[in-house]
Amino acid sequence: MAAADSTSALVGEVKPDGPVKAGPSGRASRGRGTTAYLRYVAGKLGGAVVSLFAVLVTSFFLFRLIPGDPVKTMTGGRQVSAEQLASYRKEFGLDLPLWEQFTHYCGQALTGDLGTSYQFRAPVNDKIMEALPNTLLLTVTSFVLYTALGVFLGTRSAWRRGGLGDRANTGLALLLFSVPAFWLGLLLIIVFGVGMGPVPGLFPTGGMESGNEEGFAYVLDVAHHLVLPVITLVAVEYGQTLLVTRSALLDEMGSDYLTTARAKGLRDDLVRRRHAVPNALLPTVTLIFVNLGRVVAGTILVETVFSWPGLGGLFYQALSVPDLPLVQGLFFFFAAAVIIMNTLADLLYPLLDPRVAR
Amino acid sequence: MTTESTAPDERVPEGPPLGEEKSAPPRLGSARALAWRRRRQSAARFWREYRRHRAGLAGLGLLLLFAAVALTAPWTVGSDVQSVTDAPGRPMEEPSAEFPFGTDQFGRSLFGLVLWGSRVSLLVGLLAAALSVAIGALVGITAGHFKGWYATVIMRVTDWFLVMPALVFAVALATVMERSLLTVIVAIGVTAWPTTARLVRAQTLAVESRPYIERAKALGGGHRHIMSRHVLPNVMPLVLAQTTLGISSAILTEATLAFLGLGDPSLTSWGGLLQDARQAGAVSSGHWWYLVPPGLAIALVALAFTLCGRAVESVLNPRLGVAR
Repeated sequence: MAAADSTSALVGEVKPDGPVKAGPSGRASRGRGTTAYLRYVAGKLGGAVVSLFAVLVTSFFLFRLIPGDPVKTMTGGRQVSAEQLASYRKEFGLDLPLWEQFTHYCGQALTGDLGTSYQFRAPVNDKIMEALPNTLLLTVTSFVLYTALGVFLGTRSAWRRGGLGDRANTGLALLLFSVPAFWLGLLLIIVFGVGMGPVPGLFPTGGMESGNEEGFAYVLDVAHHLVLPVITLVAVEYGQTLLVTRSALLDEMGSDYLTTARAKGLRDDLVRRRHAVPNALLPTVTLIFVNLGRVVAGTILVETVFSWPGLGGLFYQALSVPDLPLVQGLFFFFAAAVIIMNTLADLLYPLLDPRVAR
Repeated sequence: MTTESTAPDERVPEGPPLGEEKSAPPRLGSARALAWRRRRQSAARFWREYRRHRAGLAGLGLLLLFAAVALTAPWTVGSDVQSVTDAPGRPMEEPSAEFPFGTDQFGRSLFGLVLWGSRVSLLVGLLAAALSVAIGALVGITAGHFKGWYATVIMRVTDWFLVMPALVFAVALATVMERSLLTVIVAIGVTAWPTTARLVRAQTLAVESRPYIERAKALGGGHRHIMSRHVLPNVMPLVLAQTTLGISSAILTEATLAFLGLGDPSLTSWGGLLQDARQAGAVSSGHWWYLVPPGLAIALVALAFTLCGRAVESVLNPRLGVAR
């Protein structure tokens, strides 16, 4: 990727002391390697800042296109006098020309303020911060589980390529990959939430807590509510990790160093764990980070289906009003999560594979 | 380069490098006939390779079945199946001989609705994937062909689209525009193209470094000629594989948008049926027969396209070795 060159013009503003002159091949001495890495980091950070700004611009203008007057939606069809409408407009800054609204919005965003929600009459930041821990609980739990499952099954699949286990694994992964997440969630609710035939309703059908528990009982209660949404997310997401791990390992398996390792007399298991898998995990690492950012947005459906009080559910709620500041704020937040995770992956990658930073 | 030996009145054959002509029979005919024969040969070779992928064949069979269902739906069920006013059954009937999948809250036959819904789901999937791959191919080829600031800017934009959470973006677009089939197609097409653009650009760069492009330039071929007659045919296989894979994710996104109530409310689609089911309380009352068929149909079609796409991919790039 030529991102390091293409953004070097912008890097000057972002990181004044960032790019230091370094030779093209900075492997000769330790110091040079570090400079090359810093230069690479500066490029990536500059690119991320540009992307974040572009997202800010998009989120502002895109949602202005929603038909209907936000103030009318806010009053919910009640009879309101023209003066009241005007005062609402003034309160939310909607009486200003568009470009002034935009500069105001950007100024606010720079200080970390995303505006005030129309429907909740509360700062967007507060709403996001309220819902964020719930979303993180759901996504991080499923993320850890599906990554572990994907890497484990992908490794086994590649090692016994073409066998019955491999074919069953890949087939199931592809099938679950094709299943709509919300549909799987609904089915799980019917079978294990509502109960069907001999199966009683084992798990709650939605929400995050029953509301009257405290202490350790509360933790158990939340965990109980967490089971079905997590199963849904793991089932639809692990397939991709499995397939990427599998093909990365297959690429690696023809390598000479594995033959050497076997010739040394290492057990098959050790060859796999110590030699093949660590090298094959590189593409998986990228995927993992990209997914971590994306999965936050990807929970919209699962959270809606399970009435989970997180960001995805909030986004859906805000869209149906439409609550412009909240929608904008969440859109920005979702995109920022992906951008930040991508940048982290980019920064981590050369540390894992030194060939990249050159 | 031995192109000068061709008769001056004959058009120079387009396409693959000249070295491949060794296997061609002595009587060449016109350049056009030659090009067509080559295409037929490579199609036959492609099919021979494809046939060896059992999963790909299964996917293809499944697709033909669904295509037949969707195309014959006007005669087998007819658009009357959507009518709420003179529905044949009572509301929420269980599956029976008359209604194999039961009935919905209006008493309409769910079997008929699922068959009818295949039309919208497949149409949106195909058109949205075609749109996204067309944008991706155009962006990728131009970015690979014109180097310099144009390519830099275009690839920056592509990278930016690549990091946008596609579903959030599609939901946002579908909210902003009016509810219609076209909206859904555009919302999916506009958000799904960046991966294709990146792949096509890489392939374009590889093709443009070959000597026959230099030859074409030396003979006076312009940008347009090189992009449409030399680069495009070479990136076409990749584009086809991308389209096949893209359709399955487009169908899933369509179902998602419809489920969120962002589809065209006047048309029956699988995602829309699932939304109806949820709103009719099929989940809490345990009416599984309302939910299972549309979702299963989505999953099977998406799986079929994925299997075909993977088979095509591994025929074109045997190093991938994914499907076997």
